[in-house]
Amino acid sequence: MNFPESVKYTKDHEWIKIEGNIATIGITEFAQHELGDIVFVDIDAKGKKLEANEVFGTVEAVKTVSDLFLPVAGTITEINDSLEANPEYVNNDPYGKGWMVKMEVDQPVNEEHLMDAAAYGKLVG
Amino acid sequence: MVLNYDFSTANIIKNTHTITPPPGMLLFPFTSYTSLLTYRITTLSHYLCAIPKKINSSMKNTPFTQIHIGLGAKMAEFAGYNMPISYTGINEEHHAVRSNAGVFDVSHMGEFMIKGDKALDLIQRVTTNDASKLTAGKAQYSCLPNNEGGIVDDLLVYCIEENKTYMLVVNASNIEKDWNWISSHNTNGAEMHNISEKTGLLAVQGPHATEYMQQLTDMDITNLKYYTFTRGTFAGVENVIVSATGYTGAGGVEIYFEDKGDDAVKIWNEIMRVGAPHGLKPIGLAARDTLRLEKGFCLYGNDIDDTTSPLEAGLGWITKFTKDFTARPILEAQKAAGVQRKLVGLEMIDKGIPRHYYKIQNAAGEEIGFITSGTQAPSLGKAIGMGYVRTDAAAEGTDVFVMIRDKAVKAQVVKLPFA
Repeated sequence: MNFPESVKYTKDHEWIKIEGNIATIGITEFAQHELGDIVFVDIDAKGKKLEANEVFGTVEAVKTVSDLFLPVAGTITEINDSLEANPEYVNNDPYGKGWMVKMEVDQPVNEEHLMDAAAYGKLVG
Repeated sequence: MVLNYDFSTANIIKNTHTITPPPGMLLFPFTSYTSLLTYRITTLSHYLCAIPKKINSSMKNTPFTQIHIGLGAKMAEFAGYNMPISYTGINEEHHAVRSNAGVFDVSHMGEFMIKGDKALDLIQRVTTNDASKLTAGKAQYSCLPNNEGGIVDDLLVYCIEENKTYMLVVNASNIEKDWNWISSHNTNGAEMHNISEKTGLLAVQGPHATEYMQQLTDMDITNLKYYTFTRGTFAGVENVIVSATGYTGAGGVEIYFEDKGDDAVKIWNEIMRVGAPHGLKPIGLAARDTLRLEKGFCLYGNDIDDTTSPLEAGLGWITKFTKDFTARPILEAQKAAGVQRKLVGLEMIDKGIPRHYYKIQNAAGEEIGFITSGTQAPSLGKAIGMGYVRTDAAAEGTDVFVMIRDKAVKAQVVKLPFA
């Protein structure tokens, strides 16, 4: 499975890419594979300030509903609107077109609980 | 992300709708989809019933379990069996059945043989449909009512020999319950045999299913009418029942056989040999659920259970007051008075997917019912569901609101089937 080195991972199967103040978040290759065909990404947290581990939305596959947890604290600044018409991006390109939200992260960022690709690969291996 | 499965092909929990899910929980005490990875749901550990069970060694296998594993299927425990949930993806499998053909291992289903002079009498007393109408080679959908007018199980009654030999096909998770229930009513000494463990069952469904299966037998299955069956040699195996029934609404057959020697594997391999080159695919229980839901077929444990009456569930057509059966006076009175709630089909108008236990409100904000099954419908590209609503909101075209994560999302009562 594809777990890029350029992002960090949570035990709840989100990935996060932190670039300065801004982070991009989605779900991992493993998660999309386990969920199967994604049919609905329901996020209406734009502009909301949330703590780490707070639910920022849900992702629905044909037969499952899953909460999405924010990996770090901050404010949601952007939602990937293209997922409304094309939720399958999450399956086909989870680290690219399937990204879910962008956020402004609270400083200093607490990254202690985040995993690198190797650690995450081991978790799901 | 926490995976909460709403895999609705099961009926493990009784009276599930009496359980109020904790706020914020998305999917509820649904036990039967067992995640392969228990650590993923550890944050749900306080919702005891939602914790998927690990694949464990005490699970029963069907004759095909190793084949499913070999094909790379996502496996999970269902009704105590290690079953394939999906192989290549729910949507792909769903479309294969709607447009072509697919094979489902449903060997976990239960089969009882009821024999002798008193067989029909027993079946008549415990079921709602009129089995006296059955002649050899015919089957009917029916249900076992309980003493309160609820439903012990829904089932198929096959007439093997008129007045003499019948086969009842029941839900896997109700085998023991049904056996005990029917046994307790067997006061006249009908001969009963539980042949569930040694009976294999494959459903080959889809518009081309029968055409492919015809190549494996000299029996005329092409002209089998819906809800009739024939018995003979199939794929070189003797004494196989081929029945024009199914749970997908896509046409096709169901194939019952004794699990002995290599027969089961031989039948599977032959089905794949004639079908796979034309696009027949193995289909998991997940697509079985989306297929049945599009057709508005009830799933025991979701849409019907011990607390729902057949009349509320729209099963008046299999409730025949021309004969005596368990709780007949209760159901007759209910019919005369009119039911208080009805099982209806709902199509989402606004964005959202209804799921089991979501509450339903009317425009005034009153709670008027709850969802029993819901999904994104692969054939329709829409979110659909079934649920019980107060009778005043059950008319087609009525706008209702499904409560999804504290939002009231608009839906409309529509006619069943959806597709």
